[in-house]
Amino acid sequence: MTLTTAIRVDAISKSYGDVAALKNISLDVADGSLFGLIGPDGAGKTSLIRILTSLLLPDSGTATVLGLDVVREYKELRKRFGYMPGRFSLYQDLSIKENIEFFGAVFGSDMSTAYELIRDVYVQIEPFKDRKAGQLSGGMKQKLALCCALIHQPEILFLDEPTTGVDAVSRTEFWDMLTRYKENGLTILVSTPYMDEALRCDTIAFMKSGKILAVDQPGNMKKHFPKPLWSLKSVNRHALLKSLDGMDGVHSAWPFGETVHVALEEGMDFAGLPSDTIIRSIEPGIEDVFMELSR
Amino acid sequence: MNVIEVNGLSKHFGSFKAVDDITFDVKKGEIFGFLGANGAGKTTAMRMLTGLLVATSGNATVAGYDVNREPERVKARIGYMSQKFSLYEDLTVAENVTLFGGIYGLSDEQIREKLLEMEPASLKSLVGSLPLGWKQKVSFATAMLHDPAIVFLDEPTGGVDPITRRQFWNRLYEEADRGVTLFVTTHYMDEAEYCDRIAMMVDGRIAAIGTPAELKSNLNAASMDEVFVKLARGGVRS
Repeated sequence: MTLTTAIRVDAISKSYGDVAALKNISLDVADGSLFGLIGPDGAGKTSLIRILTSLLLPDSGTATVLGLDVVREYKELRKRFGYMPGRFSLYQDLSIKENIEFFGAVFGSDMSTAYELIRDVYVQIEPFKDRKAGQLSGGMKQKLALCCALIHQPEILFLDEPTTGVDAVSRTEFWDMLTRYKENGLTILVSTPYMDEALRCDTIAFMKSGKILAVDQPGNMKKHFPKPLWSLKSVNRHALLKSLDGMDGVHSAWPFGETVHVALEEGMDFAGLPSDTIIRSIEPGIEDVFMELSR
Repeated sequence: MNVIEVNGLSKHFGSFKAVDDITFDVKKGEIFGFLGANGAGKTTAMRMLTGLLVATSGNATVAGYDVNREPERVKARIGYMSQKFSLYEDLTVAENVTLFGGIYGLSDEQIREKLLEMEPASLKSLVGSLPLGWKQKVSFATAMLHDPAIVFLDEPTGGVDPITRRQFWNRLYEEADRGVTLFVTTHYMDEAEYCDRIAMMVDGRIAAIGTPAELKSNLNAASMDEVFVKLARGGVRS
């Protein structure tokens, strides 16, 4: 393996009883990149992150993080990554300051050693540093969890759905922070069910039902959409959808906000649409591609 | 006809005004989107409208009943579905339907009929073992068991894949066409576009209300995403 690969996953599978959570997954994450696992609940994102953080053993396949085998070399590895699990995992009855000090002590670090690294996040919650974690808002809890994941100055950061259930404004702020950490050299692997967040990553892997549908840069994902795509808009969207349902040559038709995105088979044209329908040619977005690949 | 009428409704916790004097109406058969940042007061307002929390001041009627004076009558006329809790994971689908049907006062015969309407393959499965998309369908069907006038949906599609999310919205349209009123919260701004009207909460108050087109035009925004960010940035709570 080359030095530029931070994570290498090779043919990993994992089942829970009859349920196959991961089916022969392989992927590489480049050193210093912001890599997104994009997919709905049940895609296998959490299982993959738990294997990479040595918390779960794969049934078959191998994986290395920072060149260390996640099964054989887990002790060394655990000192070098930071992990923010999906569910809030901090001590609810300790204050912000006590949580950070506790996680620092476990990893042989402390606030002053790591201050440069966590400052950007910490200043936002510092005014509440004596408040118990259980009494914080969702956005503040998330920032505290990030501080605790960074306290031992890791070289790589795993974040499992850090923005699920978080509102649009807080989500944007959180991604701004991740981008700054990446620019300072941290490798980040993050999972999310929100398709729009894919655009904030350098590389993304689409996951569904334990499989990887595609891996590419977000800007290149449109190449995976096979047909010309149109955006249609009518005052009566319901009538528009009905007229598209069963129309010859319609490959797919999905509501997107106030519009409907329609892909047509080669050489076909629209017929019988509501008279006010406005038709625009568009480039497929992340969600268009995800839906096409998961059909 | 209004099926929800809210008039000066407030809820204070000590000096904190979680919901601060909100007033709005929802019409029969409307899909009404209730948006806001985390901490804006959506959940507190929903808990008052569903008869789970008593208001500090103001009043509201839901399905014709006063939420403060007749909360039990309100509960009998509404359905509730939440991403977090709706069904018992360690009971089968049939057991959940039977349990909730019984709670809502359906007869054995009525429960049998409801079970016949459901996907036969799913009935004997434990709810905990179902894929999320299925859970969500069963959860909605359970919220509809007693033919409620209004269904409150608290982030019904969180984490669900984009195709299942759209299929779920088709179900909501069908119910709205039958005259059922749907009161929905969501963090997906494309779903906000699917609502007939939207109220946007900021710091316990309603900062804007109207159709998606009205809100976009009033705030000079290209998308609901932009509407949300412009309004929510004005808030101080988070």
